[in-house]
Parts: sequence; structure tokens; C-alpha cells
Amino acid sequence: MSALFQFLLILLMLNNLALAGVSRLRTLIRQVSVQGVLLALLLMLPGAQQFNFEHLLLAIAVLLIKGIGFPILLRRTLGKISGDPQVEPWLSCGLSVLACMAGLAFSLWFEGRLPIQPGLFPSLLLPAALMTLFCGLILVVGRRKALSQVIGYLIAENGIFLLGIPLMSEETVWFELTILLDVFVAVFVMGIAINHISKTFESIDVGRFCSLRD
Amino acid sequence: MLALLLFLPLCSGVAMLLFKNATVYRGLLLLTALAHLALSAWTAQAVQAGQAPQAFGGLLAPDPLGALFLVLASLLNVAASFYAIGYLRDEENKQERIDIQNGQPFTNAPERRFTACLCLFLSAMTLVTTTPHLGALWVGIEITTLSSAPLIYFHRHQASLEATWKYLMICSVGIALALLGNILLSVAFYGIGTDLPESFDQMKVFLAKASLLSQDSPHAPWLKAAFVFILVGYGTKMGLAPLHNWLPDAHSQAPSLISAMLSGALLNCAFLGILRGHQILLAAHLGDFSSTLLVFFGLFSMITAAVFIVGQGHYKRLLAYSSVEHMGILALGVGIGGIAVFGALLHAVCHSLTKSMLFLLAGNILTRYHTFSSYDVRGMRWTMPTTAALWTAGFLGIVGSPPFSLFVSEFTILKGIFENSSPAVAAIYLLALAVIFVGMSIPVLRMVQGTRPRDMPQTLPESPFSVLPPLGLGLLALCLGIYVPAWLSAFLARGAMLIGG
Repeated sequence: MSALFQFLLILLMLNNLALAGVSRLRTLIRQVSVQGVLLALLLMLPGAQQFNFEHLLLAIAVLLIKGIGFPILLRRTLGKISGDPQVEPWLSCGLSVLACMAGLAFSLWFEGRLPIQPGLFPSLLLPAALMTLFCGLILVVGRRKALSQVIGYLIAENGIFLLGIPLMSEETVWFELTILLDVFVAVFVMGIAINHISKTFESIDVGRFCSLRD
Repeated sequence: MLALLLFLPLCSGVAMLLFKNATVYRGLLLLTALAHLALSAWTAQAVQAGQAPQAFGGLLAPDPLGALFLVLASLLNVAASFYAIGYLRDEENKQERIDIQNGQPFTNAPERRFTACLCLFLSAMTLVTTTPHLGALWVGIEITTLSSAPLIYFHRHQASLEATWKYLMICSVGIALALLGNILLSVAFYGIGTDLPESFDQMKVFLAKASLLSQDSPHAPWLKAAFVFILVGYGTKMGLAPLHNWLPDAHSQAPSLISAMLSGALLNCAFLGILRGHQILLAAHLGDFSSTLLVFFGLFSMITAAVFIVGQGHYKRLLAYSSVEHMGILALGVGIGGIAVFGALLHAVCHSLTKSMLFLLAGNILTRYHTFSSYDVRGMRWTMPTTAALWTAGFLGIVGSPPFSLFVSEFTILKGIFENSSPAVAAIYLLALAVIFVGMSIPVLRMVQGTRPRDMPQTLPESPFSVLPPLGLGLLALCLGIYVPAWLSAFLARGAMLIGG
């Protein structure tokens, strides 16, 4: 089981590299959906925590919301937008992948330096979580399209969620569900905002936001 | 009662969406605000009497710090709701709406959605201020972002949409980092005090666990990392420089009563998140680390605000940068410790009252002059004498002139700096305050003085809805400058004791 857990974490890291490197918004959404499914699978494996009914419930919720709900929501938003669905990076895709790899290298180095209590984090979990967070932040600051910023936010949140998995107990699962719902509402509100941006600015390019400055 | 405090605004917010009659939901808005204030006052009184009110098995259990910010938010909400009745009536009667920046026509969001979001916003702030659970606090702060974003985008034009998007993205990502801080706290306390029972009163459990740690424990780096993320995360929402980018945009584009709520109530809620982290580090004997960071961010915010306030032509952005300055003063006061913590809490109260007053007045000026530029507003003392008088008084209050209450709080913090910190900190503090005094006085006095523009319509009477709320807030700020009641002093002292005061 532990080997499968490690394998999924490595898949997640590759998925992060793919997220940093894709240039089409549709592919980006598909990759985020893959990440949601990977997170749900990680929750179902007893590699990081004691398995119980609450965890199963949370895993199903993660699968439904991160694996299916978000991609549907994002694709619907994309469907309402006219124009070419490319991500239009400020930071080129190649550089983003390199930055993501640098993030991974930093996370591995960082893990070695931190005094981690034995038995808390399975190996590779902390670097994978930090890399996912970095990948999300790179997408938030390195892309011009509003939709890819939302996806970046989601990926960053996925990284934080992954880090929290080993700490989940029966009591905290309900809070994880609340947070999941909260993030769902956040993406929903951001989707509405993107629709308005698309109508008002005739594009979802945040590079056009230049009216407010000192 | 506590459950009612949370659910009253929530339910009336949902109910507003069902009504179509404007009188009904405007009335409901004011009634909810008044009932919420009464319940908040009752809660604060119970906390003061040491009764420890609780609801939902301890998920809601306010302490003096939380109760203080709860009453403040509720009080400002009453002022904003009263102001909103006149504001929404005027908006409804407008024949055409033109974007000041690009001259394009625009529409407003549906009014009942606006009032409903205002109620949800209040409910989220109630959760933030009453819960001792850091997860619930995080959820509450995220809900404040989501419920206030539609409020900022009430006027549907390009500039407000840009501000809303920046607000949503920057604050959501910032708050996500605070969640990481929460997780790191749990990592830090992993395996410590395992015999302590888990409960909703997470602060109590964390404080007990923290007190078991020594300064050189292997858990200390995790605690420090957790505080850094909590500070950066909630600091973004609070508007500490250099994380303040969303703040001037959102405050300048939101309807003025929303700017008043954001500045007076929401920033305090985010500050409460930082204070919780500071409380834990103090208990873990790592107070020096968190205090140093707070002092650094505090001074940096004051300097940044001073740089942007000088020569600022946009009067709502001027007020927004002034909020960055005052958030800096709050962080500085808490970081200094000792008597400055009491000063910082008093400062939070006085700043909320004065700044909300000024934002409401800025709304009156914007309605009359249709410009954001302080260069184009002239002769306010002829065109709108009541607002002009209050605007001048509010300016004197916000820059810390006696007899206004911010003078007392800023002076208390200065005393604390002399007692507990270096003269260099005092010098930067005083220099920034002096620069901001001069920087604000020029545009504010220019707006009041001078002759009125020739094309200005004949002087119109000012509606009580637009002047009574700022007048009330201003009087409170003035009274607190002359006399701080013993019960308030005791309350602030109890709050300060929790964070090293």
C-alpha cells in the first residue's frame, strides 16, 4: 500500500509539471480534474492516516468536488467566454516548468532540514504538497487569463489540503468538508466574476486591468 | 443567544432575497442591525462579567478580544445600515449613472442582493469574532471575502470589477496561506500533550500545549513557520504593507458605506486572526519572534502609507492608505508589548469609529461632486456645510489631534515604545505620523476651503441619513478622547492581558 501511495505522490508531481507546462485552458482544466482524483485516491489509501468512515466520506466529497465539480464549473465558465482559450503566460510555459522543478528541489532540501516528528508525514508527502503549492502560485502570478488564476488558486489549495491529510482525525474531517465547501463557493463566485469580466472587458485577460493605480 | 447572534443576520439575509418590496428589505436591514447590536452588547456584557457564554458545544465562545471586535463590527453595521437606507433610496431615484473614470453608463447590482450580502457579511464577521476554533475562524474570514466581493461590485463598471477581481484573488490566495499556517500549527503540536482532550475550544488546547514547549524545542521552527504564514495570510486581508495592494483599489471603488465596513470592521477581524497566532507564540515562549515581525510589518506599513499619502489626489484612496497606516500602528503596538498593547486595542476602537465616519462622509462628497479628485472638490463649506464640518473634524481625529481619541491611543503606544523598545522605533513612528499629518491636511483642507465650482447646483439640504451616522460615530470618537469609561478600560485591559499587555 505504501508503494502505491508513493506512486500516486510521484504521479501528482508529474501532474504539477504538466499543469505548469500546458498552454490550452481546456487541457489545464482536464489536468486539474486529474489532480482532484489523485487527491481522493491518496485519501482512500491507509498510507497517511488511520482509515475510517469519515475519511471515506471526505474522499468521496473530494472526488465529487475537486475531481468532477470544479472541472464542470470551470468548463461552463470557459464555454461562456468568447475568444481563443489559451493561457497566455507572462512567464513562459518552459520557464514555469523549470520554476516548478526548482520548487520541488527546494521542497526536498527543505524537508531534510526540518525536524519532523517520526511517523507524521509519509516520505515524499511534504515535498509533493509544497511543490503543488508552488505550482499553484506560479499559475496565479504567471498567467494573464483570469481563469488560469482561479485554477492556480485551486492547485495551491490542493497542496495545502495534501499537507493536512496526515493530521486528519475523525473530529477534523467535518472541518475539512466545510473548507471544501468554502473553496467550492469561492470558485463559484470567481466564475461569476469571470463572466462579468468577459462581458465588460470583452476578454478575460487581466493584463487589461490598468485603470486603478496611484 | 450566541446562536441567535450568528443566525439572525444569516436568516434575514436569506429572507431579503425572497422579498421584492424595497421598504421591507431596507427596514429588515436596519432592524437586523439594531437587534444584532443589542445581542452583541449583551454578549460583551456577559464576557465582561466572566459568564463565558457558549453555543454549539463551544464552537462559539467569545473571549474579551473577540467580544471587543464583535461589538465594534455590530456598531459600525448599525451606522452603515442607517446610511444605506438613504443611499439606496438615492440610487433608486437616479435617472442615469455614469462611470466617473471613463464616462460610460453603468447599472447597479440588484438592491436586495446588496442588502442580503451585507447581512451575510455581518454573520461571517460574527463567526470570526466569537469562535475560539482557528479552523472556524479561517472559514469565517473566507466567507467575509466571498460575501463582500458582490458588495464592492455594486456599481457594475470596469473599475469596480477590476477592484473586485483583485480583492477576490489576492485575499483568497492570502487566506489560503493562513490555512497553511493553521496546518503547520497542528504539525507543531503533533505528539504534544496527547492527554489533553480535543475540543472546539482550540485556542485553549493550543495554549495549553504551547506552554509545555521550551524555546529550543524541535517544535519551535514549526511554530515560527506557522506564525509567518498566519501573519502573511491574514496580513494580506488586514492590509499590512507590502501585502496591501488590493486595499486602496477595493476601498476606493466600493460604495462608501461598504468601504466604511471594510475598513472599520473587516480589517479588525483579519487582525484578530494574527492576534490568535501571537497569543500562541507568546504561550510557547516565542513572543520575541512574533513581536519582532509585528513591529517590522507595522513600521513598514506606516512608512509605505506615508509615501503614498503625500501627493495623493484621490480622496478615497487617501483614506484607504490611512487605513494601511493605522493597521501598521495596531501591529506595532501589539508587537511592542506592555502598555502599548492596551494602546493598540484602544486604537482599534478609535480608528474604526473615525475611519468609518470619514468614509461615509466621502460618500456624501462623491454624491455631490461626482469626482474622486480632491483637486476638483472645492468650497465644501458652502455647498455642504454639515459634511464639511464633520470632514474637518474627522480629519483632525484620524491624524491623531487632541481632543480626539486617536491622540490618546497613539500617545499610549508612544509611551509603550519608550518603555519597551528603542528610540529608533519611536523616531520612525513619530516621523511617519508627522508626514501623514501634513500629507492629509493639504487635500482635506483644500476640499473644504475655496469657492464652490460655478456649475455646482444650488445648495441642497443634506439628508439626515447621510449626516447622522457619521455625526454619531464622530461624537463617540470625540467622547473617547476626553473620557474612557472604566468598564471599557477594564474590558480593553482584559483583552490586552491575552496578548502580552
